[in-house]
Amino acid sequence: MDAILLQILNGLDKGSAYALIALGLTLIFGTLGVVNFAHGALFMIGAFCAVTLQRILNLSFETVDETQTDFLGNPLKVKTPYVEAWFGPDIGGSIVDWAVPLAILFAIPIMIGVGYVMERGLIKHFYKRPHADQILVTFGLAIVLQEVVKYFYGANPIQTPAPDALNGVMNLGAVIGMDIIYPVWRVVYFAFAVLIIGGIFCFLQFTTFGMVVRAGMADRETVGLLGINIDRRFTIMFGIAAAVAGLAGVMYTPINPPNYHMGMDFLVLSFVVVVVGGMGSLPGAVLAGFLLGILESFASTTWATTTLPGINQIIIYLVAIAVLLTRPRGLMGRKGVMED
Amino acid sequence: MFGLNKKDTSVLIIVAVMVMLAPFLLNPFPSASGLAQFNAGYPDLMQKFVIFGIFAIGFNILFGLTGYLSFGHAAFLGVGSYSCVWMFKLLGYNVLPGILLSIAVSGVFALLIGYVSLRRSGIYFSILTLAFAQMSYALAYSVLSNPKFNLTNGETGLQVYADDPQWFHNPDRLPDLPHLFGLSMRATYKLDLGAWEFQFNAGYYLCAVIMLACFYLAIRIFRSPFGMMLRAVKSNQQRMNYTGLNSRPYTLAAFVISGMYAGLAGGLLSAVDPLAGAERMQWTASGEVVLMTILGGAGTLIGPVLGAGFIKYFENIFSKINDYVLHSWFSFLPDGMEDAVVFLIHPFIGKGWHLTLGILFMLVVIFLPGGLVEGGQRLVNWIRGRKAKSSTAAHETNPAE
Amino acid sequence: MTKFDVSRRGVLKSGAFAGAGVALPTIFTASSAAAFTNEPTGSSVTLGFNVPQTGPYADEGADELRAYELAVEHLNGGGDGGMMNTFSSKALQGSGILGKKVEYVTGDTQTKSDAARASAKSMIEKDGAVMITGGSSSGVAIAVQGLCQEAGVIFMAGLTHSNDTTGKDKKANGFRHFFNAYMSGAALAPVLKNLYGTDRKAYHLTADYTWGWSQEESIKAATEAMGWQTVNTVKTPLAATDFSSYIAPVLNSGADVLVLNHYGGNMVNSLTNAVQFGLRDKQVNGKNFEIVVPLYSRLMAKGAGANVKGIHGSTNWHWTLQDEGSKAFVKSFGTKYGFPPSQAAHTCYVQTLLYADAVERAGSFNPCAVAEALEGYEFDGLGNGPTLYRAEDHQCFKDVLVVRGKENPTSEFDLLEVVEVTPRAQVEYAPDHPMFAGGSLGECNPGA
Repeated sequence: MDAILLQILNGLDKGSAYALIALGLTLIFGTLGVVNFAHGALFMIGAFCAVTLQRILNLSFETVDETQTDFLGNPLKVKTPYVEAWFGPDIGGSIVDWAVPLAILFAIPIMIGVGYVMERGLIKHFYKRPHADQILVTFGLAIVLQEVVKYFYGANPIQTPAPDALNGVMNLGAVIGMDIIYPVWRVVYFAFAVLIIGGIFCFLQFTTFGMVVRAGMADRETVGLLGINIDRRFTIMFGIAAAVAGLAGVMYTPINPPNYHMGMDFLVLSFVVVVVGGMGSLPGAVLAGFLLGILESFASTTWATTTLPGINQIIIYLVAIAVLLTRPRGLMGRKGVMED
Repeated sequence: MFGLNKKDTSVLIIVAVMVMLAPFLLNPFPSASGLAQFNAGYPDLMQKFVIFGIFAIGFNILFGLTGYLSFGHAAFLGVGSYSCVWMFKLLGYNVLPGILLSIAVSGVFALLIGYVSLRRSGIYFSILTLAFAQMSYALAYSVLSNPKFNLTNGETGLQVYADDPQWFHNPDRLPDLPHLFGLSMRATYKLDLGAWEFQFNAGYYLCAVIMLACFYLAIRIFRSPFGMMLRAVKSNQQRMNYTGLNSRPYTLAAFVISGMYAGLAGGLLSAVDPLAGAERMQWTASGEVVLMTILGGAGTLIGPVLGAGFIKYFENIFSKINDYVLHSWFSFLPDGMEDAVVFLIHPFIGKGWHLTLGILFMLVVIFLPGGLVEGGQRLVNWIRGRKAKSSTAAHETNPAE
Repeated sequence: MTKFDVSRRGVLKSGAFAGAGVALPTIFTASSAAAFTNEPTGSSVTLGFNVPQTGPYADEGADELRAYELAVEHLNGGGDGGMMNTFSSKALQGSGILGKKVEYVTGDTQTKSDAARASAKSMIEKDGAVMITGGSSSGVAIAVQGLCQEAGVIFMAGLTHSNDTTGKDKKANGFRHFFNAYMSGAALAPVLKNLYGTDRKAYHLTADYTWGWSQEESIKAATEAMGWQTVNTVKTPLAATDFSSYIAPVLNSGADVLVLNHYGGNMVNSLTNAVQFGLRDKQVNGKNFEIVVPLYSRLMAKGAGANVKGIHGSTNWHWTLQDEGSKAFVKSFGTKYGFPPSQAAHTCYVQTLLYADAVERAGSFNPCAVAEALEGYEFDGLGNGPTLYRAEDHQCFKDVLVVRGKENPTSEFDLLEVVEVTPRAQVEYAPDHPMFAGGSLGECNPGA
């Protein structure tokens, strides 16, 4: 029983990342009609915002310590972060410790900016072009972005730990009298994902801006004819989608250390998630994200892999095939979207 | 000639001449000069050009004509490679049975996947093919290479071992490498002409002849009523269905044909180098052929071949330029300037070749929506326009299609 | 002037069957053909350095490349000579190899067999490389080794740890200095026994590909031999990024040791996840829960950050070693690049010197002569103590290091500490050991 609950938790956790990326992807598709292969790269850039902030907070000055030597036998240069020098080791140390949560504030403006520049500078010119061209140009952009990151940060994963306070494990089962040990940060990640997803839905559902965007998603021309500048709003939506992917990346860094190709690792999966959920459907993307996350977790159990060897590697694709053959528009998609 | 109209015949002849003279054309720089780095006229790369050319031509029959964007064609390439190596393992090193089997097996595989995937269109079709290919890749990489049932030899790649049966192999008479009735695929005739060295490789010419045959077949398909039907699918499938035509058999046929082209390419890859790795089936490999086709010009005859050459050239030539080479090129500059130039170029070469390729993709897609073929046409028009200063050139904007 | 150059001897004879048109030129070949593939004729010799420059192992590849450049500098008489001064053989004089200046070409393996072979082929066919070396994964090493065997050049393997490289897939033209999975198991087992006792229950997570299986088999055999039980062995996909669903079942499995047969990004993520789930602080069966990572690399340990603290594993070489060879190498590498070398850099540097030395001793670049000079060669002074290049399988036998993640690192490079230097005798095995059975070296192939 605990094992099943644990796997559900794992699934929800993986699903959070899938859902957040897929949400942005489907948002962009629903509003702008653009298939964005660079979305995984946005997730990666978000993660590297956290790395960058960590680096900035760790910017250090060097003092020579004559008593110690480095590996070449020269006097050791001791590095002290400026933050610690300014605020003292206690406060400074905890600022450095909280780099990842702080990176959320740091990442939001950056990601919105990146999204805005991407949309105005590149994607805008591809609205009228075939999907294949959109895929190609955004794929090229994804390569360029990840290579730039690799140039500055290298190819190895970079450890960006969560704050000490959130680093341990907690017993989630205490309330129901069971023993379910789970990492605190993963719980935080799930809660964060729920918060963001809820926020996006509320924003689209309860604000005038959101209403116009939804109207535009349903019938862009009519909204345009009503004299509303829908393009500008869609650009903002692109920025928001980029920020969602970026924040998903920031918060993901303590779970697995980021590397420059993490975006590509998630790209294919998140596309499958979007399609299974239904192109352009926000609830669909979220539902499919969590669903596939949970299925993947269960397929990874020893029981599943001994019954069907290799099932853990193909489950997502099997589900995608099954869904597309029985329900072509995806779980919650509208009929006729992207079918030609 | 060959049942082609005059324009197609001339395209075919031009391609044939270029392919046959490739060892000269691709080696424009003397082998001792610094620019020899840019020479592409060595057997392996020339083989890759024509083999991936075949792959892209086949892909274009599906994508260029019907508009169905398959993201799983690498699976057929991989299946073809594996079948060919299995023939080497079982029968012997003659490439013919291997190539034939790779076409047959990938055809069957394409029939199965196509039958299921073609029930959907648009991006749903793309994701279905992607899913099938990724499943094949995942299984080939691990599950199908377990010691009990080793079909693919996993990470290492399928290869011939000394204890394989090789029923028809006679090591006294035949080379221990893939060969065509005794002519080793590695056999290379080197011609030294002054400062140049040209290499004529048996494997390359085998692939080149097959590629020309495939190219010819593709022209015939493009010009046939069948090809017309496929174009109709692209322009408006619904209307086609309303007129009472069932488009499914046509698209399925196109899918299987292009799958067989991919299988043939895979078989040839094994024929010139008898090792088949699972990563040939990965989605990035499928993406690569999409890039080749679109980059060159989807729907054009020659475009995919150009795209294939473009990408393989970058992969193999730019990745080999390193700082050492750069310094030798710019050693004529004063020291500080030399370092500055090397520093500026450094991110784009060697380990940065992905970056260069990514930037070039974007530039081509942004400025040349029709791919390299369109670039060529614009260039031709611009030259003609300058010569004639008139708009008469406009009527010949489509030399390839 | 024409010269005909065929890559296999068999073609000479078989040419007659090939039909007159093609067979004709072969008649001219017999006397004018070179003695072996890419025989260096000018004043220089070209080596091919084939390392991953893109993909997940790019940093490791970059470090290998640095080591190669350093080796070339030393061979050509530049720098401080590094390990050439401590090497037991004094054949190398800093005047290149056999008086020819050493030049090199580089290529990108992308950590894919296909790309690695394409890159190696271009070095052989276009640049005239007479030796290929490098690589950062076993699949690539085996693929390139096979190619070099067919083409008739020497392959000096870089970082490859699978038993198969010198087992099932060994080749007469291929040589491995790096240690292997069997040696990891044999070196780790006694240390683990001392630390954690003989009554332990181990749970294995294994990367689902050739190297992972080979590593799991080795460490499982070694630990079971000293009394450990194996609770479960679970295969994880190579492409996996989140290992939570594999780690979670460990919690209630009754196991008290987790063995992570992972390398690279897999190892960084699985270890990070395992620590996240609190495994380090857990008590099972009245004992502290322990994690073991059989193959360590400093570059990857850096990626795993603080999670490696106190975790044991094995490694081929580490820069803190205090023998003269290691000190000389660390000094010249550190002076040139500003940081200490990784084990990948070490093995690549050593392989280059060993090749050059073998050529000098053989007096020829002919792969068969070089192979003969390397086979059964005993040497010292290259960082791992007295070492033997065994003739039967072209595997180096030398001391293996057992290391532990350091609790209080003094710098960003000081992540591992050497716990024990396992003597060579303890990691030796018979050439026909079942884990290495099934292949044969075959004949050395000089190409043309």
